[in-house]
Amino acid sequence: VNAFVLNYNYAMTAILLTIGLYGMVGKRNLLKKIIGMNIFQTAIFLFFIQGATKPGATVPVWDARISAETAGYINPLPHVLILTAIVVSVATTGVALALLITIYRRYGSLEEGTILERMKQSS
Amino acid sequence: VSHLPVLIPVTLLFSAFIIPLAGFLKRDFAFIIAFIGALLSFAFSTLGLLVVVSGGEIRYHLGGWMPPVGIEYALDVLSAFMATVVTLVGTLVLLYSRRSILQEVPERFVPMYALAMLLLAGLTGIVVTADLFNLFVFLEIASLSAYALMAVGDDRGPVASFRYLILGSIAGSFYVLGVGFLYFSTGSLNMVDVAERLPGLYDSRAVVAAAIFIFIALGIKMALFPLHLWLPDVYSYAPSAISGLIAPIMTKVAAYAVIRMFVTVFQPHYLRDILPLTSVIGALAATGILYGSIMAIAQNDFRRMLAYSSISQIAYIGLGIGLANPLGLIGALLHILNHAFMKACLFLVAGSIRFRTGEWQVSRFAGLGKKMPWTMAAFTVSALSMIGIPPTGGFFSKWYLLLGSIDRGNWIFVATILLSSLLTAVYFFRVLEQVYADHPKEENAPMNASDPPASMLLPTVVLGGGVLVLGFLNTIIVTHVLELVVATLK
Repeated sequence: VNAFVLNYNYAMTAILLTIGLYGMVGKRNLLKKIIGMNIFQTAIFLFFIQGATKPGATVPVWDARISAETAGYINPLPHVLILTAIVVSVATTGVALALLITIYRRYGSLEEGTILERMKQSS
Repeated sequence: VSHLPVLIPVTLLFSAFIIPLAGFLKRDFAFIIAFIGALLSFAFSTLGLLVVVSGGEIRYHLGGWMPPVGIEYALDVLSAFMATVVTLVGTLVLLYSRRSILQEVPERFVPMYALAMLLLAGLTGIVVTADLFNLFVFLEIASLSAYALMAVGDDRGPVASFRYLILGSIAGSFYVLGVGFLYFSTGSLNMVDVAERLPGLYDSRAVVAAAIFIFIALGIKMALFPLHLWLPDVYSYAPSAISGLIAPIMTKVAAYAVIRMFVTVFQPHYLRDILPLTSVIGALAATGILYGSIMAIAQNDFRRMLAYSSISQIAYIGLGIGLANPLGLIGALLHILNHAFMKACLFLVAGSIRFRTGEWQVSRFAGLGKKMPWTMAAFTVSALSMIGIPPTGGFFSKWYLLLGSIDRGNWIFVATILLSSLLTAVYFFRVLEQVYADHPKEENAPMNASDPPASMLLPTVVLGGGVLVLGFLNTIIVTHVLELVVATLK
């Protein structure tokens, strides 16, 4: 229990990852899979962001009182990386939704089972 | 010359941007620009390969920022070799694609080329970058354009592509997670820099987690058994020119990333002796070789057969990595080159058959040998090379893999390679028999087939001939290029 409380940031990441993975693999509805995917990716974003913090540090903007003391600033690099990763994630979601629209127009459903049935009927 | 590493992907990226504009004026401009862009990029890669083979590597610092702060692009022998393979096969397939796309999906002509160039830019970017996070960005650029390309065409394309998207984004996310663990343990993202800082951290659980996450991620992208589930559907339902573009190079670039992680980032010593991930990769690959071959025998759809054979062949590359000795790695790299040629040729043949007859089923291929002589000659050469019959290229890569297995004393791998060659022979001779049978059953023969137009035939025959040429040139390639790559492994 103690280890859990001390490392609650990692535990939260792990929980979110599990929820997201379950959504992607376990859910039969394609839209819910996308939601799962977003939770999964957000978990990773949070993992990076929490890794950037330092106790007692402030935002990484030049401050004359702290000057060049790096311990005084939180690490800005993970933030920048995650900004890029968010862009990637938005693009992925966009492509996924576009695919869903095509699938829905063709099969009239977003349930995996129904789509498979209608595929068999058409061929 | 010092700008070469960055010129290779940027040429492709730039043409991806101007294609929609030019295509707006006239549709064929899109094709012309794509072809010229790919050709230029191929020229840069070849030049780069010649330079690095004779005189060390080229390192380029984006924006003048020195590593480890700035992003670094590097062209060493390994990446120059891969860039050349990717751009060469890409150029040939693009030449082929024009007529094929015009017939199958004419209304998507211009965006298809923009996406194809984006895909190639992503793939070459993965190859030249020396930065772990930059690799992720290029990986996603390539994957996103691949999802879109695969969804066009056949009715089932979007569903297959959606499944790939879900698995692909799991892979992408795992990769970032792995890179995150590495970054928080070493404080760097530059590959060489990370490698320098890792040895002191070999006991750290975070590094172990990083290695496992990264290898699972790249395993999905590479379609290494049992992470291959997305592959058969997307290869079968994508437009034929697109399967021809994606099948030969995309999984290979993922395999390259695995090799890069193995050779440069986590040093061979770590993955072979301390955390035996290479043994796991080798065992999975051996299973995958047999699984892919057996599944390929069971298919009647030509495209699906090729897709399963891809799973089997990519596992050969995995096997070479799993051996983790110089001979095995030479075999893996040579197989990347050979398989890119053979698989491109086979998918182009499949596309040509569809172009002329609209058929996919092997049982309906009777008598095509006489009607499409050149196409089928190219097919025969590639099929022989897949089986591994000398003097085709496929024989030599399997030969090095065999030598590597013997060198390591792993007789199970030796047996696997030999058995799989037999299985491969079974499914290719079945097709060859249909194609060249003397008295085709009339009801099974397509009506009026003939060789496709020159713009499609030429790339097919060049690739088919290339398989033979690679066979004859293999000693040159191995001694002058590949041995430089594996020199660090001893």
